[in-house]
Amino acid sequence: MTDRRNRRDEPFTAAGYSVPRKDAEAKVTGRAKYAIDVELPRMAHAAVVRSEYPFARIRSIDVKEAEDAPGVIRVVTANDFPELNPRFGHIIRDHQILAVERTMYQGEPIALVVAETRQQALAAVDLVEVEADELEAVIDAREALEPDAVDLYPDDSEKHANESFVEFQGAISSGFKNLCAQMDVEWGDIDEQFQSADLIVESEYSFPMIYGYAMEPYCAVVDYRGDLIDVWTTTQHAYSVREDLARVFELPMSNIRVQVPYVGGAYGTKAHAKVEPLAALGARITGRPVKLVLTIEESMLTTRADSASIRARSGFRSDGKILAREFDIVLNSGAFTDNSPLVTNKLAHRCFGPYQIPAVKVRARAAFTNTVSASSLRGFGAPQGVFAGESQIDEAAEKLGIEPTELRRKNLARRGDEILPGKRPLETDLIENMDILTGSLGERQSNDDARGRADATRRERLLNGSGFALSASDAGSHPSSVAMVRIHTDGSVTGLISSTELGQGRTTALAQIIAEELCLPVDSVAIADPDTSNTPYERATGASRTTALVGRAIQAACDDVRARIHTYAADVFGCGSENIRDVSTGVEVDGHTYSYGQIIEKWFGAGGEAVGVGEIRRAGDLDALPPFWEIGTCGVDIDVDAETGEVIVTNMVTVGDVGFAVNPAMTEGQDAGAAMMGMGMALHEELIYMDGHLQNSNVVDYRVPRMKDLPQVLNQMLVERRDGVGPYGSKGAGEGALNPMGAAVTNAVSQAIGVRSYTLPLTPERVWRLINSQ
Amino acid sequence: MVDSHIQSWVNGKFESSDIASNTLLLDYLRDRGLTGAKPSCELEVCGACTVLIDGLPASSCATLAVELDGRNLETIEGLISDGRLDRVQRAFRDEFAFQCGYCTPGMIMSATALLRTNPNPSRDEIIHWLDGNICRCTGYESIIRAVQTAAQADEDSVHDTSNPEATND
Repeated sequence: MTDRRNRRDEPFTAAGYSVPRKDAEAKVTGRAKYAIDVELPRMAHAAVVRSEYPFARIRSIDVKEAEDAPGVIRVVTANDFPELNPRFGHIIRDHQILAVERTMYQGEPIALVVAETRQQALAAVDLVEVEADELEAVIDAREALEPDAVDLYPDDSEKHANESFVEFQGAISSGFKNLCAQMDVEWGDIDEQFQSADLIVESEYSFPMIYGYAMEPYCAVVDYRGDLIDVWTTTQHAYSVREDLARVFELPMSNIRVQVPYVGGAYGTKAHAKVEPLAALGARITGRPVKLVLTIEESMLTTRADSASIRARSGFRSDGKILAREFDIVLNSGAFTDNSPLVTNKLAHRCFGPYQIPAVKVRARAAFTNTVSASSLRGFGAPQGVFAGESQIDEAAEKLGIEPTELRRKNLARRGDEILPGKRPLETDLIENMDILTGSLGERQSNDDARGRADATRRERLLNGSGFALSASDAGSHPSSVAMVRIHTDGSVTGLISSTELGQGRTTALAQIIAEELCLPVDSVAIADPDTSNTPYERATGASRTTALVGRAIQAACDDVRARIHTYAADVFGCGSENIRDVSTGVEVDGHTYSYGQIIEKWFGAGGEAVGVGEIRRAGDLDALPPFWEIGTCGVDIDVDAETGEVIVTNMVTVGDVGFAVNPAMTEGQDAGAAMMGMGMALHEELIYMDGHLQNSNVVDYRVPRMKDLPQVLNQMLVERRDGVGPYGSKGAGEGALNPMGAAVTNAVSQAIGVRSYTLPLTPERVWRLINSQ
Repeated sequence: MVDSHIQSWVNGKFESSDIASNTLLLDYLRDRGLTGAKPSCELEVCGACTVLIDGLPASSCATLAVELDGRNLETIEGLISDGRLDRVQRAFRDEFAFQCGYCTPGMIMSATALLRTNPNPSRDEIIHWLDGNICRCTGYESIIRAVQTAAQADEDSVHDTSNPEATND
């Protein structure tokens, strides 16, 4: 097998350049079409009736008045489809499409109103009368796991596991109450190591519930004709949606066509099925194409990130050597399973950090509660785990009187070390990354520059701090991707892959890889939109995998199409393959050069095309999991206003350990966006529950970073050692700069105010209270 | 219920329509195929639905269509002229100042209004004007660069349809 990592040593022609994004013209002119812009003839509109109860047994749903309202076609409840599977879920089928007998959280869909217009559907929502007997709800995850807690799922028969996630089936039949998933990691003699420790640091950390706020709300348009389902949706995972719909409606996968136009933000929040089953039900029952667009408030009642309560304990030798780390983690996974088993698994892998540690013991358990169902969000498991793990490293450094950099230098894993036994060894130089990072930290701007907006009295009460954190995530997901490359008679190429364009730039980066492989201009390569009837299988658009892993499938498809061109040429010229030589944009046969198009037309006689197929699977150099370690290296310089508790980030530094940047400007864009999203989680973001009701399900009360929150200086660096498994040595980017940010900001604030927070976010109120607790 | 008659200029063209008084401007535009302005927060805080009314940014999710009567409306669809991107659009492309692109039409409309008002804004002025436009992908720095690039572009002015009577011949 060819070593793809560095097979091009000659100057690159297309990869490695910041070529303009292929979606630029569409996106700057407003012509880019998103699922929310899709319209079909005879299309009806749907709106959702939602539960007002955290937990209740439904007595009756009266739809009569709503069905008589102007424009209403039908009100659908769970009673209307006894012939179908009422639950979906890519790991465990327990997510009820509409509440069946019991409503599991405030905001859960109970009925779907389908009307001629969206306004009519929304107006009729309030006319649906739901009577229910409220049950005692469980909101706190640790309480949910107590023996005397209310059992949310006394009947496990509601939960069915799916074939492709067998490793997560254990929790279903564990017998533990409200246990959604569990992951244990253990090596070394933990007791012995703690006994020999000179310092043990122990704390409980709390990472809040987070909402990813993709600006395009959840929406889908479904046309259900006979036994064919056409779906246009804002999802990351066209194939996962297809599989869930196939299970719900008991149809062959081939009958379901899922198309994904541009996606208006995702960040994990649009992983797997969300509103598609509901829209499909409406379409099936009414016989009309149905469009379902949620509001942002409803989107916040649809998914969130798992919150985590983390009890962490670390033992150190007096010289700073880490001896043991122990984590007891409970995630609040909400009402349904969704992706929480994977989040639990990743959190257990991502909390202890990329260090050489003699003994580790992690138990991570996810609990069902009566809250919005938690699922994926950028870096999942890492923001939670790294907050605890890297906060504790800094706390130990302070207690041992060792610089945070020196303590880490003593313990960081080296290239080739296994940081998780039996997994892919580390393929990077973490110490060098750290030194690059810290070289740009702590350089205080002059007061005039950095504090330009602060008046003199405020300047006097500003407290300076500097902090950083590191992380390594087992990213990439399971490597299953298929790609196709079609060369047309004019020499232009269409790439077919089902990775979705979330804004990360797959349309551009993958075109650059094809152009590089086939020696074509990037302008002559187009990447098709995902469409499960026309573009081949893709496991996931997530886990930072597209450039590295789908890129590998694309490279294989390019090899395959070249081989096909050789076969055509051998046929056409009646020669052996040894007479055919690859040259730029074509082949050379007996001293004559022919373009791809000429060979294709000669072989077919008229028209035609050459098609290549490539795939990746867990084999060869992709046998070791994870496919790559995604490295997070970031830090901040901050000011804290001692009087208000406000944290002002003056300098934000990220080091992107990306192996090779196929498009450096886009790669930097990924890091910048991830860092800023991480800063929002560190400083502002938290979903708040009171009495089982979500209190801040809107983007006024749930505050995301705005332009005024931008650090004065954003210092971005890319490290390209060409040491990844992806094309030309690339590896994943997109999550790394987010993962350590909560810990980095916490470490900086701790340095500034002399008190450490064990809870995020670091809102002005929380910081003010910490300052005044002294 | 159709109960209002409005006359307005939309991207430089005079238009006359009969609408329901409770129609939101965002829905009015999208029903007419002008889907560049995007729905998101529906609370007038995210800026994804920003359009210009008489040259000033407005959230079309929180504006009634009847308010257009007698006024001049510009949307992202009106910026392109003779198939050419204007300098703000080019700058957003050249500076990679978008990723998913969902906030981009609103962001470009706010930037356009800023540059017409203030052709050479400082970094702080850019931040002040664009603070009402949320972007979740880019982290904003590239957007600031794009506005600075647009301000320095070698062009007399930002393509301006704010005075349609002057340009509509």
